[in-house]
Amino acid sequence: MRYLPLTPEDRTEMLGVIGVSSIDALFADVPQAARLDGPVNLPRRATELEVERAFARMAKKNIAASETAFFVGAGAYKHHIPASVDHLIQRSEFLTAYTPYQPEISQGTLQTLFEFQTQVARLTGMDVANASMYDGSTACAEAVLMAARVTKRSRAVLSGNLHPHYAEATRTLARYMNIDVAADAPVPGGLDDVISQIDEETACVVVQNPDVFGGIHDLRPIAEAAHAKGALLIAVFTEIVSLGLIESPGAMGADIVVGEGQSIGVGLQFGGPYVGLFACRNDKNFIRNMPGRLAGETVDADGRRGFVLTLSTREQHIRRDRATSNICTNSGLMALAFTIHMTLLGEKGLKHLAALNHERAVELADALAAVPGVTVETGAFFNEFTVKLPKNAAEVTEALIAKGVLAGVPASRLWSGAGLDDRLIIAATETNTDADIALFASALKEVL
Amino acid sequence: MAMNQQGRPTRPNTNAATGGYADTISGSRGLDQAEPLIFERGRTDLTGVDLPEPKGVKTRLGGLERKSGIGLPGLSEPEAMRHYVRLSRKNYAIDLGIYPLGSCTMKHNPRLNEKMARLPGFGDVHPLQPQSTVQGALELIGELAHWLMVLTNTPCVAMSPKAGAHGELCGMMAIRAALDARGETGRRRVLVPESAHGTNPATAVQCGFYCDEIPAGPDGRVDMEAFKAKLGDDVAGIMLTNPNTCGLFERDIKEIADLIHEAGGYFYCDGANFNAIVGRVRPGDLGIDAMHINLHKTFSTPHGGGGPGSGPTVFSQALAPFAPVPYVVKKGDSWHMVEHEAEARADGAQPFGRMVAFHGQMGMFTRALSYMMSHGSDGLRQVAEDSVLNANYVLARLKHVMTPAFEGTCMHEALFDDRFLKDTGVTTLDFAKAMIDEGYHPMTMYFPLVVHGAMLIEPTETESKSGLDRFCDVLEGLAEAAKSGDTARFVSAPVHAPVKRLDETRAARNPVLVWQEAEEQPQAAE
Repeated sequence: MRYLPLTPEDRTEMLGVIGVSSIDALFADVPQAARLDGPVNLPRRATELEVERAFARMAKKNIAASETAFFVGAGAYKHHIPASVDHLIQRSEFLTAYTPYQPEISQGTLQTLFEFQTQVARLTGMDVANASMYDGSTACAEAVLMAARVTKRSRAVLSGNLHPHYAEATRTLARYMNIDVAADAPVPGGLDDVISQIDEETACVVVQNPDVFGGIHDLRPIAEAAHAKGALLIAVFTEIVSLGLIESPGAMGADIVVGEGQSIGVGLQFGGPYVGLFACRNDKNFIRNMPGRLAGETVDADGRRGFVLTLSTREQHIRRDRATSNICTNSGLMALAFTIHMTLLGEKGLKHLAALNHERAVELADALAAVPGVTVETGAFFNEFTVKLPKNAAEVTEALIAKGVLAGVPASRLWSGAGLDDRLIIAATETNTDADIALFASALKEVL
Repeated sequence: MAMNQQGRPTRPNTNAATGGYADTISGSRGLDQAEPLIFERGRTDLTGVDLPEPKGVKTRLGGLERKSGIGLPGLSEPEAMRHYVRLSRKNYAIDLGIYPLGSCTMKHNPRLNEKMARLPGFGDVHPLQPQSTVQGALELIGELAHWLMVLTNTPCVAMSPKAGAHGELCGMMAIRAALDARGETGRRRVLVPESAHGTNPATAVQCGFYCDEIPAGPDGRVDMEAFKAKLGDDVAGIMLTNPNTCGLFERDIKEIADLIHEAGGYFYCDGANFNAIVGRVRPGDLGIDAMHINLHKTFSTPHGGGGPGSGPTVFSQALAPFAPVPYVVKKGDSWHMVEHEAEARADGAQPFGRMVAFHGQMGMFTRALSYMMSHGSDGLRQVAEDSVLNANYVLARLKHVMTPAFEGTCMHEALFDDRFLKDTGVTTLDFAKAMIDEGYHPMTMYFPLVVHGAMLIEPTETESKSGLDRFCDVLEGLAEAAKSGDTARFVSAPVHAPVKRLDETRAARNPVLVWQEAEEQPQAAE
C-alpha cells in the first residue's frame, strides 16, 4: 500500500525486537468477541487512478459555481481567490503542521495568526481578536455564551434577521447552559424591533449586518439601548467584504463582533471548512472570557521577538471543566488563507473589491426590478438583497437552473413555515459579469 | 493610516524587536531569514490584486459608508509570496520529519486527497445551491457516512460536527436529549477518567452536566472498583477514550458498557485514538452509544497548523433519533439533505438541534473518503496494525534508557514518565526542547496528567523502520546525555531553532494580541 512504508520483513524483524510472535499478540487486550478476523465489508484498496475516477464521477453530478451565472449567497459567497493563496496554503510547512504547541518551531504559524488577529481586529473596529473559530455560526453561539459569562446574565435577544442557521446553532449551544434565547420573526426589507426586547436580565442582543436579507442598518441606536440596560451588542456579519465599504461594527458601538471569513481566501467548498472570526473590546473581563486560541507576542532567551499561544488558562487543556469553551482545533489553515488573501488585497484592494461588489449588486437589483412582478425589498444593501416574486421562489429557482442561472436562496430554504415562500435572497459579487446580470433578468422574465 | 496608539510599542529600528538576529546587519543568518510582520512591511496603498475599475454607479448604502481608514497593509504578489514562504520555513511539519505527538495522530497527508477536494464539483459548490445541482456532493457525504458506519458497526452518523471537540458536544447533547426524552431530570453526573482529554470535561459542562473523575488503576486503566462505586441513578453516562490516553486498550470496556447501561446511563467513547483499531475492532461491538471520529487524525486530513478538523459522530440505535440536523438520506435514486428540524420530526426523528451553519466540513469529507478508498478495508486494517507495531517498536527500543509509565505492550502510542531524568536537573520540557535541536518535533509533554512528567510518543503507521531507528538512536543519545550530566545541552535548548526558548510567562502576564504601531519614541539624551 503506497502510504505504508513497512515491508513484511520489517514487520517480522520489529515483532522480534518487541518480543512477541505475531501482531495479534499486541491486540490481546481487546475482548475476543470484538476482534475481527478479516477486513470489514468495504471495498479493498484502490490505486490513485481508480480513486480519481470514482471522484470524477461524483463531481460531475454537481454544477460548479464557475460553470453558471451564479447569485447564491445567504452566508457563503463566490469570490475570486488569487492563485497564490492556494499555492501558499499548500506549502508543506503550513499544511502539515500541527497546532503550534512547540512555539520555537512553529513561528510561521504563530506569526501569521498574530497577523490574522490584527487584521480581524482592524476590520471589525475592535481591539483584539482570537486565532479563529470553526465558522461564523459557532463564533456567534460562543459569543452569546461569553456575553452571559461577562454580564452574569442569562438571556439573549436574537434579531429575527440573523441567519437562521446562526440562530439555531446558538439556540442549540445555549439550551443546556440555561440561557434563554428570544427571537422575533424575520422581517425582509426591514429589521425587527430588538430594542423593545432588551431588559435588565438581557446579557446581549445579537444583530447581523448586513442582515440575512442583505439589508444594512445603523447599529448605534441598538448599541445605545443595549448599553443603557447593561447588555452587550454582539454584531454578526456573514460577508466580510462588506467591511471594506460600510462602517465597522466597532465604530457603531458593538462590544463583540463575530462572523464568517469565508469570502476572503477560503472558497465555497459546499459549506466548510470556513473560518469564524471573533473580536472584542480590550477589557480584561472580556479577554479572560474569550473562547478559542490566542497568539501573543513575547521574546526569546536572546530578547528577540517571537510569538506563542497565550492565556491558555482559559482553555480546556488547562482549565478542563471550568474552561471558557470546549473548543480545541480551530480553523488555522483557513485563517492563513484569509490572511494571505487580505495581505494581497490590502486596504486599497479590499475597498476596491467592496466597491465592485456593491456596484454589481446595484446593477443587478435595477435589472431585476425592471422585470414585471418583481419587487426589490431591500433599500440599503451591500452585495445582497431580497426580492418578492409573484410565484413560489423555490420553484422559480429550480426553473432557472435549466437556463444557466443559479438564482439565489429561496427564503423557504432557510425557514420552514415562515410565510416567506415568495422571497428570494440574491447575491452579486465581482465574479458576475454584465452578461450574467442580463441573463438572469431575461431568464427570470421568461419563467415568471 | 490611522493607528491605535495604545499598548506596548514595538521598536522596528532594531533587529531583535522584529524577530531578527542582533549579530548580522540584516537580522538574517543565511537561509534563516528575518521576516517582520506585514504591518511593518506593507502599506495601505499597495495591493497585489488587479481589479477592474468600478463604473461609478450611485451607491445604495443608506448613509452607512465607512468613514475611517482600516489600517490594512497590502503587498504586491512577489512580496507577499516571499513574506509567507519565509514564514513557512520557520515551521516544523510532518513532511519534514516524524511528528510524534501522542494523541494527535500526525500521519502522512496524501496529496491525492488535496487534488480530489479541489475538483470544481466539490470545491466550487455552494451549500445552499438547489439540491438537484449537488447530487454528487450529497452522494459523497452519504458514501463517507456508509464507510464510517461500517467501520464502527453503528446505525447512524452525524456528519456536521466541525472538529473532535464539536463531535464530543454532538454526542453529549444527544445523550442529554435522550435523558430529557426519558424525563430523567436528575441524571447530570458524568464519569470522566482522570486521564481524559481536557475537551471531555469541558464538553460535559456545556451540556449542563458536571464531572466526576474516575481514578486510574496502577495499570493505567479505569479502576473498576472505583468506577462501580460511582454508579448511581444520577449518572448520565461515561466519557471514555479507548484506546486510552496512556496508549492502552481498556480491556474491561464491555463490562464498563454493560454496567453503565444497567445503571441507566450512556457510553460516550472519545474516538481520538481510533487509528489504533480502525478496521480491526468496531467500537459498536464494544457497546458504545456515541463516538466522534477525528477525520484529521485517523483519516489523514491535514492539520493545517491547528485546523480545520472534522468530527463526524456515530450513534447507537438508542441515540440515533436524537442526532442533529442536517443529514442526508437516499430517496429512490436521488439524495436528499434534511435541513429543518420540522422535516426531521415529520420523519419521526427527535433531533436535538443544529450545531452549525450548512452541512459540515465537506473539504475534509472529500479528503477522508479519498484516503479510505485508497486504503480499502484491507489497507485500513494494516494501518491499525502498523501504527501499533511502530509504537511498540519505539517502546521496545527505548525502554532500557527511558522509563515506560506502565509495563507490557501498548497500542498506537508509547507513554514514558520522567523517572529516567531523576536527579539529572533535566525536566520533561528540557528534554523535549533538546529534541528540537536534533531536528525533531517533540512528543506530547505532561499529558496524560496521571503520569509524572509524561512523554507520549505516537509515531503512526506512516513512519518507516529506518526512520524510527534514527529517531530512537537520537532519543537514546539524549537520555544518556542527560544521565551523564550534560545538563547544559537541555536547559538552554533549543539553540538551533528559528528562535530560542520563548518566554511564555511574559506573554500571558502582559498580553500583546494585536500589532500596534510604535509610538514616537522620546529621544533619550546621550
